[in-house]
Amino acid sequence: MTREIEDLNRRLLRARDAMDRAYAEPLDVRAVAAVAYLSEAHFIRSFRATFGETPHRYLQRRRVERSMFLLRETDRSVTDICLDVGFMSLGTFSRTFREIVGETPSDYRAANGPVLAPNCIWMAGTRPRAASRVAMRSSSFGEADAPAAP
Amino acid sequence: MITKLNVASIFVLDKDEALDFYVNKLGLEKGHDVRQGSYRWLTVRVPGNGTEISLEQPGSPLHDDVTAAQLRELITKGAMSSLVFNTDDVRDLYETLQARGVTDFTQEPIEHAYGTDMGLRDPFGNAIRILQQGKVAQKVTA
Repeated sequence: MTREIEDLNRRLLRARDAMDRAYAEPLDVRAVAAVAYLSEAHFIRSFRATFGETPHRYLQRRRVERSMFLLRETDRSVTDICLDVGFMSLGTFSRTFREIVGETPSDYRAANGPVLAPNCIWMAGTRPRAASRVAMRSSSFGEADAPAAP
Repeated sequence: MITKLNVASIFVLDKDEALDFYVNKLGLEKGHDVRQGSYRWLTVRVPGNGTEISLEQPGSPLHDDVTAAQLRELITKGAMSSLVFNTDDVRDLYETLQARGVTDFTQEPIEHAYGTDMGLRDPFGNAIRILQQGKVAQKVTA
């Protein structure tokens, strides 16, 4: 049994890595589930049990973390950054950002300047942590299913 | 005064498989390989660099069965050890690793203010980053 869990964990981690790598691309949950050799439903259930949040929410936090970096370090427009990190609409980006970070992208940019530290440290250290109950129930990468702002 | 980091350890699921990966794929060299009863003291190191990386396998005699199972689950979730190496040519190394059959890259080489780095995982889930250090950029004032 334990070897099965280890094998499943490793495959789920590989799928999570795929999201970290390809966050800027339009990702659908089926393709990411295929990385773990799992059906969509099994993948979502197992991922949540293993990592404590849905794949959708993980990807959202990855994208928001990258947008926080770009807001701090570049002078690109909020709209450009929204598209850079894989969101398809400014409305969804702004709502998701605010829900996770607690302030708007513009307010975040105004309050935070660039920081010189290794990227991997920031990736881990500034990844927003909140995993709201609303988002935990969400089970799709599709923005149509994105949770409404609380 | 402490003068050197002599040994650091990482957890792996299998010492033989780890040795193959870290030596034959990643290009480290074998350090110590000593058996003491049922325990195998096995290390790898960067060639020419004195710090040993001890490859530790959860289980007897270090851990009871329940602890070992917990550790193995954490390793495969990517929640345990990580290593950061330096290289003089990260893009060349990226191609070399691919040629040796490494597929588990978490990040292809990307340039940052402090250099160019890439990420991969060992066969068990441990994170490895490899950095080609660059000149530190002037602080951005924009």
